[in-house]
Amino acid sequence: MKQGTAQVTAEICKKFGNDRTRLMDIAIAVQDRFGCVSHEAMEEIARQVRSHRVEVESLVSFYAFLSVKPQGKVVIRLCSDIVDWMKGYKDVAEAMARELGITMGETTPDGAITLTHTPCIGMSDQAPAALVNSVVVTHLTPERGRQLVRDLRRHLDPQQLVTMVGDGNNEHPLVRAMVRNNIRMRGPVHFADFEPGSALRKAVEMTPADVIRTIKDSRLRGRGGAGFPAGLKWEMAANAPGEKRYVLCNADEGEPGTFKDRVLLTECADQLMEGMTIAGYAVGSDTGIIYLRGEYRYLLPYLQSVVEGRRRQGYLGRDILGRKGLHFDIRIQLGAGAYICGEETALISSCEGLRGDPKNRPPFPPQEGYLGCPTIVNNVETLCCVSRILLEGSDWFASMGSSRTTGTKVLSISGDCRKPGVYEVPFGITARELIEMTEAENAGTMLIGGPCRQMIGPDRLEGRICYDDLATGGAIIIFNRARNRLEIAEHYLDFFIEESCGYCTPCRVGLTLLKNQVHKVIDGAGEPADLVEMRDLSNFIINTSRCGLGQAAPNPVLGALEIGDLSSGFVAERKPGLLPGFDLSKAVIDAELRVGRQSKYV
Amino acid sequence: MGSKPRIATVSLAGCFGCHMSVLDIDERILTLAELVEFDRSPINDYKEFQDRCAVGIVEGGCCNEENVEVLEQFRKHCDVLISLGDCAINGGIPAMRNNIPLRECLEEAYLKSPGVYNPLNVIPNDKEIPLLLNRVYPCHEVVKIDLFIPGCPPPADAIWAHLVSLLSGKPVEPDYKNLKYD
Amino acid sequence: MNRVTFTIDGKEVKAIRGQTILKAADAAGVFIPRLCAYRDLTPNGSCRVCSVRVNGRIQAACVQTVAEGAIVENETPELLEYRRNIVDMLFVEGNHFCMFCEKSGFCELQALAYRFGIKAPRYPFLYPKRDLDMSHPHVFLDHNRCILCGRCVRASQDMDGKNVFQFVERGGRKRLQVNGDSLSETDLKATDEAVSVCPVGALMKKRVGYEVPVGRRRYDEKPIGDDIEMKGEK
Repeated sequence: MKQGTAQVTAEICKKFGNDRTRLMDIAIAVQDRFGCVSHEAMEEIARQVRSHRVEVESLVSFYAFLSVKPQGKVVIRLCSDIVDWMKGYKDVAEAMARELGITMGETTPDGAITLTHTPCIGMSDQAPAALVNSVVVTHLTPERGRQLVRDLRRHLDPQQLVTMVGDGNNEHPLVRAMVRNNIRMRGPVHFADFEPGSALRKAVEMTPADVIRTIKDSRLRGRGGAGFPAGLKWEMAANAPGEKRYVLCNADEGEPGTFKDRVLLTECADQLMEGMTIAGYAVGSDTGIIYLRGEYRYLLPYLQSVVEGRRRQGYLGRDILGRKGLHFDIRIQLGAGAYICGEETALISSCEGLRGDPKNRPPFPPQEGYLGCPTIVNNVETLCCVSRILLEGSDWFASMGSSRTTGTKVLSISGDCRKPGVYEVPFGITARELIEMTEAENAGTMLIGGPCRQMIGPDRLEGRICYDDLATGGAIIIFNRARNRLEIAEHYLDFFIEESCGYCTPCRVGLTLLKNQVHKVIDGAGEPADLVEMRDLSNFIINTSRCGLGQAAPNPVLGALEIGDLSSGFVAERKPGLLPGFDLSKAVIDAELRVGRQSKYV
Repeated sequence: MGSKPRIATVSLAGCFGCHMSVLDIDERILTLAELVEFDRSPINDYKEFQDRCAVGIVEGGCCNEENVEVLEQFRKHCDVLISLGDCAINGGIPAMRNNIPLRECLEEAYLKSPGVYNPLNVIPNDKEIPLLLNRVYPCHEVVKIDLFIPGCPPPADAIWAHLVSLLSGKPVEPDYKNLKYD
Repeated sequence: MNRVTFTIDGKEVKAIRGQTILKAADAAGVFIPRLCAYRDLTPNGSCRVCSVRVNGRIQAACVQTVAEGAIVENETPELLEYRRNIVDMLFVEGNHFCMFCEKSGFCELQALAYRFGIKAPRYPFLYPKRDLDMSHPHVFLDHNRCILCGRCVRASQDMDGKNVFQFVERGGRKRLQVNGDSLSETDLKATDEAVSVCPVGALMKKRVGYEVPVGRRRYDEKPIGDDIEMKGEK
């Protein structure tokens, strides 16, 4: 048996060429096979790829979907995002735990089923949702949760849980997911017809420099949220010295409340891959990598078939469109549950078979990225835009949107509204229009761009979705007036704490301290000085953190403070004496239980 | 009695080493005795506050319910409250139990550890023994503390400098050599 | 043109192109506090103690390279406060009991706290549960004191030609791990640079603690950075 683990592991390593940089694929394959990556397996991997056990453990322990300790044959990952909480996560979790006879985080004694939770899996419009291994189940209720457990007990086959499939390509035989697209508004860039190969043909008739010029003229900015001009990024990579260049597609949308890339991957895979191929032609790259978040693994067989189809059609591979020397191919790199890998340098680390630690910048990826080569990392939506721009022209694209933000934006809208889903809207639309479109009643707070961006109150509804005003990567979450903003902020702090890579001090330690402070105020033990401290600590973390995660994580706290309304009910001046944060009754409870008498001071 | 400012001191979960360091100011203690009146303190063994105090000095962390009560009293009766020494500031050696559940601590101390003679196999539970807190708290996590003098124990010169500046109403000058955590 | 000129707090500093701000400052006798950076080890940029403002933007001086005409701010009230915050955070994140630590008086974390005049951390203590690895005959690893600076990780790789240490887990659970079930299973030697570069008392040789009497230890009389500043005064 022991030899079995080593042998099988060695075979897996061999399949990936014993390549150190393919450690992600190797670890995922070993996890699939054994339900964990044990010390023994890590020793073997280290031996095969000429690394060290601790290096392999460093990677394995970083990703939530990989584990050193054995997990159940089936792992149920209930999505614990705030929208799922709003839609009944707690009751579903309790019902499933009770049915399984275990608590959250445990595995049934027979080793069959593990129940755990995971941050946003990109299903906020059909919450509560869960991943059962890689199968998505949506619209859970306590009763459906119980039934799901009973069914699994019987067959231990997650795919059998899919009794009905969603719309569009969710019905595709290689997808067969109960996920729904919920496309509520179809715009001209992403949801108009797209003929595979059409944009690529136009591109290769131009020089690479002209392709870059076209993208620059369209004033396309990165759709992941940061809004960096795409053409400029390409130009930097094209001009950077180096033999080899890479085109990376960031399909790791992990921002809580984002799910638009999931729909684009499902419905616009050709348009996306064509955009990558065009990018490859423009910057002089023959290799593209789609970094697909582990949560979307159910799309992997389908996406792989699209890659293969495009190879057959001559849109990928060698001598593309019959042009000698024009090579470009795509591999899909699966992630394994790490929000931080949506940060472009962390994504590169992960593709290189490392922990998802962001890298020091400079150098920036267009100068030195994947394996030290010039690399462009573009969002799924950005690359889809590229294909359309090549087809319709930069003027057509630039004519849409607002003055400094051209084109359309695909939004994922969820939360307290009647019509959650995907909306392709022109840039410049107001927050109020979004509320009307989604039929959100009594909206009190909106997150524009998920927790990493901006929290706005009802007084900012005239703000416009664009890079100069309300910038967004696409996650819009609506909260009604009954929701407590500080509790929202605390929920997201928990998320960021879990997802921090732990590399730098301000983020690793500061976020926990900030969360404790927020919790103290929610608990009713706050003083006015706590609000000042919260603001100072937030600004400190934002200013000194190494990457975008720490620089954004305190935003919900600052948003809640800015919208105001916190001093009444939350914080009060205290009389001298014991600090409100110190609770004697809680501090002596252990001793009281131990000795069986009550404190005379409580 | 009269108009001299009053000082109160107490040792909670500490070893009295910080009080020893107060005595270590040597002959300056005579000057101190002229400047101030000692209120509640182990130095005169008063157990209750006699009057409002200008300065309260607390040694040791807060480890049981009685410590909490004492800290509350000190906060109420003193204008300026000082955490003296590392235990008051970060819990010190008693705080090494802080990541071990209380139950395990008690069992280790009274039942399991080598050399324990406890034929009845009981953990003491006399109602005169104050209940332990779930962990040792730094004093400033229980009541507001105005000044901190770290050290294990704090250097006598640091204590003297703080008292002199307090009594003369001047700010405490930074002093690299007398700021120590050991 | 291999040299660049820039300023730190108004003082003109000459540096070699490609040099980090931290190295250039050291050479010019300007002390920028740091913890994870150590001599010639590849800089990490992880502790963030060396945060400076470069043309208005906060950057880690240990990884940021010098640029002609850059305006670097080092000792502003804001940055002094930020650095203090970081040192405070490292103190409350671990279990640092200086009173019995063999490293006391030589500890760079403690020395920075002394230099900053910290009397008590401004944040509540977290008192985490951490392990102590005493398995190795000549070296111990006390995770209670580890500040995750990564000096040992890099020194083991770059200077010792080994790979004894690496970080595992993430976020607040991130910790140092050894290449084996315990330290004694690794090829670590007490003479390895990985041991001597530890800025705190996490990795230490056994049986050599408290050798130097109180009063004669490195940071008893002179603050950390004093040696660098002396160069500046010459």
